[in-house]
Amino acid sequence: MTNLGGSKMSQHKQIRIALNNCGVIDPENIKEYIARDGYMALGKCLTEMKPEDIIREIKDSGLRGRGGGGFPAGLKWEIACKNKADQKYVVCNADEGDPGAFMDRSILEGDPHAVLEAMAICGYSMGATKGLIYIRAEYPLAIERLKIAIEQAREFGLLGKNLFGTDFEFDIEIRYGAGAFVCGEETALIHSMEGLRGEPTIKPPYPAESGYFGKPTNVNNVETYANVPIILRKGANWFNKIGTEKSKGTKVFALAGKIKNVGLVEVPMGTTLREVIYEIGGVIENDKKFKTVQTGGPSGGCLTEKHLDTPIDFDNLVQAGSMMGSGGMIVMDEDNCMVSVAKFYLEFTVEESCGKCSPCRIGNKRLYELLDRITQGKGEMEDLKRLRNMSNVIKDTSLCGLGQTSPNPVLSTLDNFYDEYVAHVVDKKCIAGQCKDLMTYFIIEENCVGCTACARVCPVGAITGEKKEVHYINPEICIKCGACEERCKFDAIIVK
Amino acid sequence: MTKIKTLADLERIKNEMRSDKDLNGSQDNSENAVKIKVGMGTSGIASGARDVMDFLTEALEKRNIEAVVSQTGDMGYSYAEPTIEVRKPGQKPVVFGYVDVKKADLIIEKYIKLGEEVEGIIPVNYKTIDD
Repeated sequence: MTNLGGSKMSQHKQIRIALNNCGVIDPENIKEYIARDGYMALGKCLTEMKPEDIIREIKDSGLRGRGGGGFPAGLKWEIACKNKADQKYVVCNADEGDPGAFMDRSILEGDPHAVLEAMAICGYSMGATKGLIYIRAEYPLAIERLKIAIEQAREFGLLGKNLFGTDFEFDIEIRYGAGAFVCGEETALIHSMEGLRGEPTIKPPYPAESGYFGKPTNVNNVETYANVPIILRKGANWFNKIGTEKSKGTKVFALAGKIKNVGLVEVPMGTTLREVIYEIGGVIENDKKFKTVQTGGPSGGCLTEKHLDTPIDFDNLVQAGSMMGSGGMIVMDEDNCMVSVAKFYLEFTVEESCGKCSPCRIGNKRLYELLDRITQGKGEMEDLKRLRNMSNVIKDTSLCGLGQTSPNPVLSTLDNFYDEYVAHVVDKKCIAGQCKDLMTYFIIEENCVGCTACARVCPVGAITGEKKEVHYINPEICIKCGACEERCKFDAIIVK
Repeated sequence: MTKIKTLADLERIKNEMRSDKDLNGSQDNSENAVKIKVGMGTSGIASGARDVMDFLTEALEKRNIEAVVSQTGDMGYSYAEPTIEVRKPGQKPVVFGYVDVKKADLIIEKYIKLGEEVEGIIPVNYKTIDD
């Protein structure tokens, strides 16, 4: 695919590893996967490698969990391997839940066999014979393609008994989730698969010790698995040359928001936010000014201009006040109100909190209410202190990752956009013009020619005035929809 | 299907497929066929990729152009869905974005038949694991 010639090739910021086959092969034809060296890694592992060799290779590669936490995958496998049991399980976490994220869905829809192969390899390395894919029922196409892939792999003898003529057997089943955000947390995910409520439990014990029905269980995310066959084919030393010192390889991001090239990108760790947003994403639409980039979904934070040259990796993003998360990346411009953004994420968290522990169940609700008050212009300076204080308590005292990270959008916007909060509280103004309660539409008398266009378009009849005379907007009736401003040809309507 | 038991079995399937090097249209090894892949991930289908695929399959047959149309996953260019990749015999593949039925028609008539440029080409912007 080098149709741009050698010199330009080096300028490509992206490397497709996890997305290697995505958009290249027919996902419903196992032979196309095999033609791209598919199942070679599994064959090599079963016939030429011992489990400990595989684990060492994954550890040496430096692969870290792509679901958000960034825990070293090889170490996880090793712990699951060392825990002895009559039955162990390999689980694939395909419960992608961040708003706007679709990396895992794309991998499952475009290259399902990569995940199956990796799970079988993981099974061999830790001594498990059963694999489970936990996927949300909202992903029907991914489920259908997974089913086809599993069927085909069984038919070709790549799942089932005596794989590659050895004693090793491995098979995979699909488990459906109802699409609860908390079920991306591994203990909650396991409980959901067991038929219990999707609620987390305290770790330890970690799933590697006591997971699915109390058996050692390895849980990795879709993208983590997608990297595995390629690491084993190309070698740990190939993989660990890509990326930064502590974060190896690439990361897939679902790039969205106020940019031209919305879509999937896969960049080496260490690529800067600026390169991703400006060079890959393309400039901000309508020449608006860049304001912030949100990474890590409801668990992450908003980074600003001053963070743009930060090389993306697990540790740098945390240090900057956000996190890698599963790979959502939303670019926002000057028209986005940061208080509203924090409120949006909190609304999501409040919906998705399982309710088991009170800091998360009650605390996030109270955080949301405070933010709601501020966007309505009813906030006071004391509220900003309360926001921060409560956020820290929720982070420190919540049971699982959901609550421990849910205040991040609030804290990072408080850190980076404190002035905007103050403007909402003190001046009762929303600079971005998003908080309707803080806006008033006015007609500038000098500009109004009395054409009646605004009065005709107003859906609530808030504008009155005779033909060819100055019109008036009744603030009591106005719902601040902005239709009049759009319609006026004489710049006579402004928002304050 | 006999089951795969060894690495050599895998190699054999791989080589069978590789005789048709670009994978697309694995069932048809014809060197002279135009090969088209339609990005059929959720975002592609939601933007109308299925209609485009149906149209291409039908139109190419009606117009007597030897071609193989197959589906693939998400190419990653969500902003330009539906996306298709067209590979003319002996040429580098070209990815087109914003392909509706009308555009697909234009691609057949102009790009495939006459080799003329059609708007909406998405340049390759990534390295592969083999680069």
